[in-house]
Amino acid sequence: MINNFKNKVFNVLMIAIITLISLMCIIPMIYLLSVSLSSSTAVISRQVFLFPVEINFGAYEAVFNDKAIFNSMIFTVWLTVLCAACSILITIITAYPLTKRNLKGRNIFLFMIIITMYFSGGTIPDYILVKNLGLTDNFLSLLLPYMLSAFNLIILKTFFSSLPESLEESAFLDGASHLTILFRIVLPLSMPAIATLTLFYAVGRWNGFQDALIYISKPDLYPLQLKLYMLVYNNQMSEVAIVEGASTGSIASDNLKAAAVMFATVPILLVYPWLQRYFISGVTIGAIKG
Amino acid sequence: MSDIISPVPDAIIQVDLKEIKKRKFIAYIKNNWILYLLLLPSIAYLIVFKYAPMYGVLIAFKEYNIFQTVWASPWNNFATFKEIFLMPDFWNAFKNTFVLNSLDMIIGFPAPIILAIILSEVYVKWFKKVSQTILYLPHFLSWVIIGSIALQLFAPESGLINLALNKIGVSPVQFLTDKWIWVGTYVFLGLWQSIGWNMIIYLAAIAGINQELYEAAVMDGAGRLRKIWHITLPGIKSTIIILLILAIGKMSQIGFDRPFVVGNSLVMEFSDVISTFVYRTGIQNFQYSIATAVGLFQSVIGLIFLLGTNYIADKLGEQGIW
Repeated sequence: MINNFKNKVFNVLMIAIITLISLMCIIPMIYLLSVSLSSSTAVISRQVFLFPVEINFGAYEAVFNDKAIFNSMIFTVWLTVLCAACSILITIITAYPLTKRNLKGRNIFLFMIIITMYFSGGTIPDYILVKNLGLTDNFLSLLLPYMLSAFNLIILKTFFSSLPESLEESAFLDGASHLTILFRIVLPLSMPAIATLTLFYAVGRWNGFQDALIYISKPDLYPLQLKLYMLVYNNQMSEVAIVEGASTGSIASDNLKAAAVMFATVPILLVYPWLQRYFISGVTIGAIKG
Repeated sequence: MSDIISPVPDAIIQVDLKEIKKRKFIAYIKNNWILYLLLLPSIAYLIVFKYAPMYGVLIAFKEYNIFQTVWASPWNNFATFKEIFLMPDFWNAFKNTFVLNSLDMIIGFPAPIILAIILSEVYVKWFKKVSQTILYLPHFLSWVIIGSIALQLFAPESGLINLALNKIGVSPVQFLTDKWIWVGTYVFLGLWQSIGWNMIIYLAAIAGINQELYEAAVMDGAGRLRKIWHITLPGIKSTIIILLILAIGKMSQIGFDRPFVVGNSLVMEFSDVISTFVYRTGIQNFQYSIATAVGLFQSVIGLIFLLGTNYIADKLGEQGIW
């Protein structure tokens, strides 16, 4: 009986700890959401805690009406889709040949890739290269330099190698070409890994900030993170929002900033639960090979 | 008599061998050219975007300006390195990089292990699922977003935390502007972002432990804590060691976004790290050679750390990283 009681206390304690930490992870988001939905007077007079006060969508309206923020959102969605597609494609077509153990030159190529994981030119040589290629203030500077991740490549190669070889062999004996095998047999079996890596690439681009800060100076080409940084840290609002803000009495008020942050977070929140079941297996594959 | 056994002269055999090799080679290319074609884009990518910048590192050793090519610039006899080693700002950034990374490790390394063990002791399925979903979430937020949230939470006057502290009669805490407290904020935000995500690998390792061990322990009358201590922890020991080695290997490397966004001019004495120093001197002040040299210095230290820790791992009999 005593043991049973002890067990129950233990269970409750474990659940309490996890609940507490989970709350710490989610409360900041809830707070931000309620700030963004509250009126700016309620925010300024500090009435807002976990529930919005005087609910209105004014802040969101202002964000949507701000052409610069909206354009930057559209640009970032477009850029993220393009980057994720290009990146996963090049990762797939590079990983597949590397699974062929008797491919001549395979080890040299693998070595060339692994070196890049441990040594790189660094920020400034990268910048000089992009500048010399004439890519500054061009969306290509946000697409090309980080197109292929060595880490993701190794994960995918490991995953491809873990598929049963007999499948490929029998297809080969039936006269299937390498491309047929890759696209008809290997890819359909690798969807969990490919979904995970696509998610990693997409999140990386969506959240990418440093390259945009360095390579992009034209406001038309600001990705959302850079735009958000300018808005929150430099209080830079474009004209429309300043007019909007002026009507409520302050420029880039807290609820407006909160709405902009939510605006940049919501797309991630939308795709995240759908992909969650995939990325756990993806991370575990990565862990096997370190 | 032996002549009869090999009626074909040696020369002809050699020609035949060559012929066979040639045919084999042609057959190999015929079967595999498509594989090389598939590799072509990434080879081009590596050469242009990875190896060309490595060549660009040479400007650390040269008197470089943007009107000249790297090759045409004159060598400067390590003058750049002599200059950076005399810069107090450089040493400060170097020190901060190590201090912040060490704190991250002391607090951020054990935390996910503990959390994973606690979570694995929870047997309510739906609760486990929901809490996992919430715990992984911060990993997917950018540092600009986390920094913006932190501003709203930690602001001295209007921030949520200080409002709550105010209600219980505590005077406002300068979470973001007092340099000593800022270090705590920095470490906390890192922990907040990564604890759930870093936990996944340990959860997988715990799930891989043989369940019969636990059943046997229950037979022997072991309690929950004893099972954790004698089965769970030894079961994930090798995972812990590998990840510890990886973490130590990355000690000299620091991302840009987190210190740049979370830091501010009031706490720069503590928040300026190598990556932000490189950005300031190179991109903002156009001192390309100095910034490149600092980056190179960091890369080399990082490489030494990584090879060193891998060597130690080898000696300890653990599987190396590669």
